[in-house]
Amino acid sequence: MDVRNFTYMFYGFAAAWVIVVLYALLLTSRENKLRREMDRLRRMIEDREVRK
Amino acid sequence: MREKIIYGLGTLAAILLVMNLHRMFLGLPDEADQGAIYRIMFFHVPAAFSFGICAFLALFASIAFLITKNFAFDAFAVSTTEVCLVFGAVNLITGMIWARIIWGIWWAWDPRLTSMLISWLMYAGYLMLRQAIDEPTQRARSSAVLSIFTFPGVIITYKAIDWWRTQHPGAVLKFRTGQQRMDPAMEATLWWNVLAVGLVAAVLVLIRMRQENMQRELDGLRREAHAL
Repeated sequence: MDVRNFTYMFYGFAAAWVIVVLYALLLTSRENKLRREMDRLRRMIEDREVRK
Repeated sequence: MREKIIYGLGTLAAILLVMNLHRMFLGLPDEADQGAIYRIMFFHVPAAFSFGICAFLALFASIAFLITKNFAFDAFAVSTTEVCLVFGAVNLITGMIWARIIWGIWWAWDPRLTSMLISWLMYAGYLMLRQAIDEPTQRARSSAVLSIFTFPGVIITYKAIDWWRTQHPGAVLKFRTGQQRMDPAMEATLWWNVLAVGLVAAVLVLIRMRQENMQRELDGLRREAHAL
């Protein structure tokens, strides 16, 4: 088996998965940020309503 | 309900991917001329299909938004465009790695590769445009128009191998040539992976759409907090 050929095949598969996994991680981090911001705003609204 | 669909599709995609990887590495032999590296095709081509389908869905959603002014279509358009870019990147990079071994070069400015790169850059521009406009209606309208003008690039990319003599290999799949040019077992594995990668793309679009809905909810909360 041509080692260089096999190595580049591995690079190709790795590149495909790395791109998809990086995007999935970006989505996860974006979702966590959105959830934190929503919780913060909900708490802020509740506090202001209690003070009224 | 949407959560169940996401988990269901994700599980199905994972099972299919494992089965396909098993078939690619243990069921299929090396290709006679290319050796082991031809297996890159099993991700390069499905990524291209996912890119094309997402681009088509983004076109549909953009037209639907301009007609109805319903922001659900705008959310769908941005979600599919983002996923389209991810699979476009997979397609371009796996193609370059394959080309390095088979052609001896990373890149050639031939019509197929160039039109694909231009389409990818235009969709990247779509996301940048959205970042640059704050007003939601104007943002949705401008990006919908850009999405519609970008789609012909995808058609040119698809047809480039028929319209011009390209460095990129010509059509080999049976539905385009009408003949069996590829080993049937290899073509069957390719189609199974088109399905698996398509399911991964669908899961990512659903997750991204959920975030668009959260963002809209967040904007509402911000307005409410501001009004208090």
